[in-house]
Amino acid sequence: MHELSIAISMIDEIVEEAENRGGLEVETVYLRLGVFSGVDKDALQFAYRLACEGTRLEGSRLAIESIPLVIYCSRCRKEAAPPSLYELCCSACGTPAETIVSGREIEVAALEVAA
Amino acid sequence: MSTRMVEVRAKVLKQNDLLARALRERFERSGTCVVGLVSSPGSGKTALLEKLLSGLAGDYRVAALVGDLATENDAARLKRATPNVRQITTGTICHLDAQMIERALESFGPASFGPDSRGSDSRGAESRGFDEMDFLFIENVGNLVCPSSYDLGEELRLVLLSATEGEDKPLKYPTIFNSSDVAIITKMDLADAAEFDVAAARRNIESVRPGMRVFEVSAKTGLGMEEVFDFLHSKAAGSRRTRVEATV
Repeated sequence: MHELSIAISMIDEIVEEAENRGGLEVETVYLRLGVFSGVDKDALQFAYRLACEGTRLEGSRLAIESIPLVIYCSRCRKEAAPPSLYELCCSACGTPAETIVSGREIEVAALEVAA
Repeated sequence: MSTRMVEVRAKVLKQNDLLARALRERFERSGTCVVGLVSSPGSGKTALLEKLLSGLAGDYRVAALVGDLATENDAARLKRATPNVRQITTGTICHLDAQMIERALESFGPASFGPDSRGSDSRGAESRGFDEMDFLFIENVGNLVCPSSYDLGEELRLVLLSATEGEDKPLKYPTIFNSSDVAIITKMDLADAAEFDVAAARRNIESVRPGMRVFEVSAKTGLGMEEVFDFLHSKAAGSRRTRVEATV
């Protein structure tokens, strides 16, 4: 359960960002969360609510977009989705994939703020 | 009330990643080969590390940082192999992060490697700054989930899987296995008793991290340890090269 640590890091970053931009009133935080990031979506939502208390983000909403796992298949020479998170190969030809294109993201994409 | 969107595009663990990158650059300059160890609790990280430290201590300067939620037991155990061991007690935190590593390194004393000491190789027995080290091992908190998100600046991450845990661990925890560079199957002396299917374990590792190098060892009997040492010797030679390049 490292989601609380993740939530605290995220809130620190956003508070700094909001202050740097002249004191934004953040209503919603849009997060891109890879399914291969090792971070659980529900646990992060729970931790976010707790960690926001007493900060300028208290009362804000966290909107999480799940980013699927995408690998690069060196045989098909294109990006592909693996059959599962524990079979890192091309679902079309079965070639093992050493390159992950996306699915590890933990990044704040945007903030919805009071106009 | 009306709202507007502000684009941000910021990595949540940016601070950790920046710190880890700075650490990695420091390790490269000092020619220290930094090896992280991750696994579930009880899979034999400390036993393996004990053997690695004592096996390498004759030829190299070795050091270790060990992470646990509580107690200094692991550090006390490892100090039998080398005095250069520091315990990081994380309290309630289930993983190590780059800042904990940076702080722990300070406890090794002042870094003597800097612009002014370039080229000097007077590594006396008294100096124990981490930058004097050929190897630094970082034993993470026993946990197969959380450590995968935190880069510690290590050159290599070893993931351990013990024969008594079952061969499907890699499939259950794909992110940590995928984020590692080398897998070590430990407690191989117990493989038969535990009816451990080593071929299946290897297949599962290959499935979550294609191409990953796998070693089979028993720290207790010494089985397979030679190959791990050979591998580490070759890594140390690579790290020393970067130190030489950095000092010319």
